[in-house]
Amino acid sequence: MIGAATVTPTYYLTLAAALFTIGAVGLLVRRNTLVMFMCIELMLNAANLTFVSFAKALDDISGQVIVFFTLVVAAAEVAVGLAIIVAIFRRRQDVTADDVNALEG
Amino acid sequence: MEAVIFYLCAVAIIVGALGVILAHNPVHSALFLLLTLVSVAVLFVQLDAQLVAAIQVVVYASAIVVLFVFVITLLGVDQHEVFEEPSAFQRPVAIIAGALLLVQVVVIAGHHWATGAHATRGHLGPARQGNVETLAKSLFTDFVWAFEMTAVLLVIAVVGGVALARRSGQRPGPRPATGTGDADAQGPGS
Repeated sequence: MIGAATVTPTYYLTLAAALFTIGAVGLLVRRNTLVMFMCIELMLNAANLTFVSFAKALDDISGQVIVFFTLVVAAAEVAVGLAIIVAIFRRRQDVTADDVNALEG
Repeated sequence: MEAVIFYLCAVAIIVGALGVILAHNPVHSALFLLLTLVSVAVLFVQLDAQLVAAIQVVVYASAIVVLFVFVITLLGVDQHEVFEEPSAFQRPVAIIAGALLLVQVVVIAGHHWATGAHATRGHLGPARQGNVETLAKSLFTDFVWAFEMTAVLLVIAVVGGVALARRSGQRPGPRPATGTGDADAQGPGS
């Protein structure tokens, strides 16, 4: 596979799969909520890469249109999420995910 | 040429992604995230998604990463992250689950299961020519309802962000007693 001259859509999909997996593992492993947010961004980018490579493979523009909506959702998520992190930090002086367990059953 | 660019970007993407989850300093994580995002933008150009690549650089690599770095510096959280896991088996289980997920997704990506109908919304056009017009036509005709809903979503997110970030739990008692200018400055907002 390495060294082949032509790059097929499968290569892009495999790369997006690896990126998504790294993001998911990081989300499970890290405790800092800011880094966990960055891992969510990685996973969203993997999904975007998949959409765009399918748009190229199937010659359809709607894959690229969907990426716009994903970007909007990512921007909204970051705005609200960072506001939540700032609010939590103001109250508890810490952003470690394990410490925010007041609602745990 | 295309293969060379793809492999360079793939290496940069994987290195950046691993750096995000392995760096101890959140600022370094943010910079590795920047590397990954810019490399993904290069691959978008490669895949004839020029406008998406530009928006990726403007929105993600500029706005979102700057927002992350801003919050990191605002909170000063880079000095005390706990790296000892509360439960000893969590990290191995996470890595095993990640390996299983990788195998599954790669197997799905390798099979030609996506037989979708070609170009129901418009063709990409000739390669390396740009397709902004096609994209805009599709966005403002077929997807116009979703487009309006993103406007609603953004308004809700901005209002929610402001509502969360301003000090909502303020004690009303001692604050106005400190001085007259303070009460004036606080008047219309609260």
